[in-house]
Amino acid sequence: MSGDVRSAAESHGPLVLEAIGIHKDFRLGSGLRSPVLSAVRDVSFGLYRSGVVALVGESGSGKSTVARLLSGQERMTRGEIRLDGKTVHLQHRRQFRAYKHEVQMIFQDPFASLNPVHTVRYHLERPLRLHHVAKGRAAIASELVRVISEVQLTPPEQFLAKYPHELSGGQRQRVAIARALAARPRVLLADEPISMLDVSIRLEILRLLDDLRQELDLAILYITHDIASARYFADETLVMYAGDIVERGPSEEVTQHPAHPYTQLLVASAPDPDALGTSLRTGSKVVAGQAGSAISGVVGCRFSPRCPFAEERCRREAPVPVAIDEQRAAACWRLDVAAPLLVRDGAGTGDPSRRGKGAP
Amino acid sequence: MRRAKESEHKAEGPSVAASVIPTPTSDALSPVLDIRGLSISYRALDGDVHAVEGVDLAFPRGGIVGLAGESGSGKSTLAYGAVRLLRPPAVITAGSVTYRGRRVGLEGVSVLDQTHAQLRSLRWREIAIVFQSAMNALNPVLRVEDQLFDVIEAHLPMSGDERRERAGSLLDFVGIDRGRLRSYPHELSGGMRQRVMIAMALAVDPEIVIMDEPTTALDVVVQREILSQIVELKERLGFSILFITHDLSLLLEIADRIAVMYAGRLVEEGSAKEIHYQPAHPYTRGLLNSFPSLRGPRRELAGIPGSPPDLRNLPPGCPFVPRCAFATDACKHIDMRLAPVGGSKDPSHVSACPFVLPDAPAPQDAETVRSPR
Repeated sequence: MSGDVRSAAESHGPLVLEAIGIHKDFRLGSGLRSPVLSAVRDVSFGLYRSGVVALVGESGSGKSTVARLLSGQERMTRGEIRLDGKTVHLQHRRQFRAYKHEVQMIFQDPFASLNPVHTVRYHLERPLRLHHVAKGRAAIASELVRVISEVQLTPPEQFLAKYPHELSGGQRQRVAIARALAARPRVLLADEPISMLDVSIRLEILRLLDDLRQELDLAILYITHDIASARYFADETLVMYAGDIVERGPSEEVTQHPAHPYTQLLVASAPDPDALGTSLRTGSKVVAGQAGSAISGVVGCRFSPRCPFAEERCRREAPVPVAIDEQRAAACWRLDVAAPLLVRDGAGTGDPSRRGKGAP
Repeated sequence: MRRAKESEHKAEGPSVAASVIPTPTSDALSPVLDIRGLSISYRALDGDVHAVEGVDLAFPRGGIVGLAGESGSGKSTLAYGAVRLLRPPAVITAGSVTYRGRRVGLEGVSVLDQTHAQLRSLRWREIAIVFQSAMNALNPVLRVEDQLFDVIEAHLPMSGDERRERAGSLLDFVGIDRGRLRSYPHELSGGMRQRVMIAMALAVDPEIVIMDEPTTALDVVVQREILSQIVELKERLGFSILFITHDLSLLLEIADRIAVMYAGRLVEEGSAKEIHYQPAHPYTRGLLNSFPSLRGPRRELAGIPGSPPDLRNLPPGCPFVPRCAFATDACKHIDMRLAPVGGSKDPSHVSACPFVLPDAPAPQDAETVRSPR
């Protein structure tokens, strides 16, 4: 999505990591003519010091691929990553290592991301050595205590000696976070960090991430399918559908007054305890359909087959991001119908001068 | 045994709709499944794990009972134990389970006393299960139709054409095109696989369907579609549902009654309304406060500090004491029996905590987990 809106996360601090039109195609099959799946399509956003940006979407929307591109686990088809304004070339080994020193990742499943045959000490020592954070036995020992105390696993000595199977899910995820912090990064890419954890522990881990963000001035990318947690945790929320960012804006506004029809569907589908059975029983039907397809050759808006507002144009032409206000934008041709209250006053579709140029 | 059972079912027609169970009003109030004092342990070298301890739970006919709890709270063990699906080292150490389906007579059957052959006709025919992970529960090398045929063949005598027709109508039920009968599981999306699992559970008209986290792996949009489909099918076919999940906000919406489990014990049970507006047990209150809400004003969340206890050596009294803001010394001596909640208008709303009332404010200095921001 074009950069003509200001990120809601920028109030916390300066831009650290920037993705500019990052794009990833996967070829399905080996032949030259085999179809191409564009998992991420020209996505742009920024991560700011002490700010949290949430990337929300269903499985298959490309949100994890974004994290894999940003962490260098996957090579981009095109696009640019900038760290402190400088373009990063991840294919260069030296640059890659320097980059990984600054940008670390936390994975979804703390049961799979820790090696069962090694102790917590081993998991935390490795990044310390690899990134030359500490040299010498004494320095490493004190660093170990520092990182494990940061994630509030006390007493440190006791936890360092443990194996992953001796820890609860929440404790494992704390170890995974500590491992990411060991390199003293400035950016944390968190791919569904709480979705595998017990309900009563999720809040604690989010709280921990938020404390760390404040103490260490971390820029965090929070990837989730749970838009409600984005509301509580993130400054800015980006909604992704079939490889595109379809809406972006301050979390509270995106969740409370969604503009894009897909965001509206997402919000309407979340369980509503206050409804107490009524909404399911009265048969308020949501738009049925498959998850968004990202296979190339689809023209027009990828949400149009499921969209209640879709018209001819939506199936023909891919929508261009439209600024709704200074911090919000949505990629939809029919915002005037889908979210009439948001785009009144000449903002949005009514004013062609505010649109981006050409197809994304 | 199988032959006798089959002739008994001969009268029933091939299509699912034709064999809808009539809803008699006389026994509408007697629970279709009655679990009394059920205890289940996992035997281990370093001591037994008491996964389920003295649980009483009754399932009203045609209702949806929700069972909420974290992983390791014993909710799946309770459900699988009640239908004898557990294998050693799991052992049922005490209790009774009475099933009173329409096809088995009013006096009911004691599930725990059934022989293996008797269990075979009880399982799926009377009590079916939708397993959590549809990808693992379906056989990857068999077409959808073959898996549906298997179920039908095992319980209902039918000709090939009748079977095919029934399998087709089952897919109609769950909103999948009949053409998909010839598909393999990997050719279906996650939502469709879960629907096939539901179709399979309904294949021979069970009276109870146990749903173990049926939508956990799915996106919210698909989850909502499937939930409304489940509710619709339930109204149409009249089966009862035991819905197991860790997502209390989901249960509040779908279930009639909710039972909350912690460390192998039921800590609270009541109507969804009571649990939502008048939660009594501190654990239930903690769970309700752990969810970031999407609707309404942002409220201050207060999660539960600490982590679930080790079931091998539980301290006496209430297992929630180490994490409870209200805990006093007296809590170490209570017997965790469910008793009606003081001040509640609904006598069926019961809680294991004799001290905390629904309106009691949390202690000021309580250690809780605040919401981020």
